[in-house]
Amino acid sequence: MELLLILVIGMLYAGGIYFILRRSMVKLLLGIMLLGSATNILIFVLGAIVKGKPPIIGSMQDVLDKASADPVPQALILTAIVISFALTAFAIVLLKRVYALLETDDLDDLNTPEEEDI
Amino acid sequence: MRSSILQTATRYLLPILLLFSVFLLLRGHYYPGGGFVGGLVASIAFVLHSFANGTDASMKLLGRKPLSLLPIGLGIAAFSVVLPMFWGLPPMTGLWLKGTFPIVGSLGTALFFDLGVYLVVVGVVLTILFTISLTDD
Amino acid sequence: MMGNLILAPVFIHLFTAIFQLIAWRKTVTQRILSVSGALAALIAAIALFTEVYSHGTFTINASNWKAPFAIVFVADLLGATMVLLASIAGFAVSLFSATGLSRQRMLYGYFPIFHFLLMGLNGAFLTGDIFNLYVWFEVIIIASFVLMTLGGRKNQLEGAMKYMSMNILASMFFLTGIGILYGMTGSLNMADLSEKMHDVQNRSLVGITSVFFLLGFGIKSAVFPLYFWLPSSYHTPPSAVAATFGGLLTKVGIYAMLRVHSLIFIPDDFTKKLLMVIAVLTILTGSFGALNKTNIRRLFSYLIVCHIGFMVGGIAMFSKLALMGTIFYLIHDIMVKTNMFLISGFIMQLRGVVKMEKLGGLYKEYPKISLMIAIVLLSLVGIPPLSGFWPKVYLFREAFTEHHYFFIAALILGSLVTLYVIARLWAEAFWKDVPPDIVVENKFEPLPLFRKCLLLLPIGILGTVSVYIGLNAENIIQVADRIATELLDTSSYVKAVLK
Repeated sequence: MELLLILVIGMLYAGGIYFILRRSMVKLLLGIMLLGSATNILIFVLGAIVKGKPPIIGSMQDVLDKASADPVPQALILTAIVISFALTAFAIVLLKRVYALLETDDLDDLNTPEEEDI
Repeated sequence: MRSSILQTATRYLLPILLLFSVFLLLRGHYYPGGGFVGGLVASIAFVLHSFANGTDASMKLLGRKPLSLLPIGLGIAAFSVVLPMFWGLPPMTGLWLKGTFPIVGSLGTALFFDLGVYLVVVGVVLTILFTISLTDD
Repeated sequence: MMGNLILAPVFIHLFTAIFQLIAWRKTVTQRILSVSGALAALIAAIALFTEVYSHGTFTINASNWKAPFAIVFVADLLGATMVLLASIAGFAVSLFSATGLSRQRMLYGYFPIFHFLLMGLNGAFLTGDIFNLYVWFEVIIIASFVLMTLGGRKNQLEGAMKYMSMNILASMFFLTGIGILYGMTGSLNMADLSEKMHDVQNRSLVGITSVFFLLGFGIKSAVFPLYFWLPSSYHTPPSAVAATFGGLLTKVGIYAMLRVHSLIFIPDDFTKKLLMVIAVLTILTGSFGALNKTNIRRLFSYLIVCHIGFMVGGIAMFSKLALMGTIFYLIHDIMVKTNMFLISGFIMQLRGVVKMEKLGGLYKEYPKISLMIAIVLLSLVGIPPLSGFWPKVYLFREAFTEHHYFFIAALILGSLVTLYVIARLWAEAFWKDVPPDIVVENKFEPLPLFRKCLLLLPIGILGTVSVYIGLNAENIIQVADRIATELLDTSSYVKAVLK
């Protein structure tokens, strides 16, 4: 399971970096999203995966009495997902605006010459 | 393009999804669920409605701008965070009322925090999606 | 009960933003709320600073849980000083934007977002949890994205695209580093981490993780190979926004570097060497970039990069004197850089342009205001009694004793270039006559006297603080001394957090 996830992480990082290095803005965004997923799975793997031991305290107990999964990585991932959700949503709106204004998807066209500055 | 199948299905799905989102919200403190997921489900309900009937119709159904949910939600959440400070406790400390209540079970600041998150999520998601879909036309 | 004071600067901005959201589209109410909220936060920050200065570090555990598990907020002297500086700068910018910003931008929700940004900054300076630091960073960058694109002009969107992609990438590196750190130690509390890091066997993994953090913070603070986004985006938003960005956002990266390197990754020889090379190259690229710029705001953007190098150099030496220099420079830089962009906004009001060849005659028309601006410009350059001079003395002396001659050369070059470009700015914008074919579009003259004063007041406040820092350097040196001691010996911080 771990080995599979590690391979997935590697592939996601590689794909994300490949996309980031392209000139298209949409692919840049996709690359950033892939990198985000890779990071989330990385945190998940680093939290030492165990199978079928949820860290839930039963109704009759006060503390966890047996070894169980670490809930912290999941909390971290959840927070990171929420944040990347907001970032991605904003990025999509920004991309749309840029495209509507400049009618280009090429990052190299994002350089209005300095003369046009005020 | 309006599909009458989707429109009919949405009419039944919208209340069910909203009810499910409230269920997730109330369940959230001890079991999987909570304000964020609940808010997402609720906003998906409205997004589905806007797919079937158009964005304007869902705006009318909502009755107000989704962005106006943001200060309400933030206010509720922030208030539940600072409330313990009036008792000299650190912020975010969970305060619980004694006894149980119908439907919600026990009542505490955590529930109000989740409620705030719920409203903020609905507000933000709908604002973003409506902005994207309205500029398309 | 004092514990609750720690979060006051955060909550004041949060509630200000919420009330402003309720008063959506009522710009007058929003302005009043913004100025009074920023003032309240400033008072809270002063109270926090005096409390920490006289009684030492104190903490608060959110949710009333025990220390390594709860998210802990720590007010040590470094954090309290940063909050104080951010509050002074925030108050000044809030005053400036209440008069200097177009109504159109206020309707898009400038003020609530601005207060969310300040809330994020204060939170980042006060948190004692590394993941919470990441969350505050995200609050800062989301708010800054919105501020960056507010108004939606063409070059603004272009700048925002670069700013956004680089900053998201930076947080990705930061998050990856946090993930590995958690995998190694099973803790996120910075004080707890500083104790557990000694026991980690896999030292090479520690090195790799520290590089992740360095990359993340390096992009945020715009150091040498990662600075490109800054000069191509900071000149695009309105001046009030650029002032907050230029004064505070890059310094959050420096703050985070100080925090992480003092608590978690104590710099070894390799890291020190790497940071030193980065510092020298940052100063060089920043100053060379500034040399030929005629757009004042682009010029200031390159000066930000140049002066970030000074601070990174201080971190690279990581001795007491060097850290004192870095912290003093940080204090000076936040005040002056915020003021520089406010001044560029003021020039924009006077002339409608910020390009040097189209400016001129400011000294003849406004001699008193020009002299006030001159003092600010001179403190940026570091003319002896003013604030930019003292930190350089410390950096210089320490670089000599540690034999970092390249850094000394870069320091001298950076200071000379700063002097040169500021002198040129003065000659072009203030002394030269107005070019004959330019039609001056003065938006400042028709304003009523009250609003004129409000526009100049923030520049005056920040200028006064700069002069105070320069003339009262002894007090600032004492603060810097104590912060540097706390950074080198973190046991009091760790003890305060873990009790």
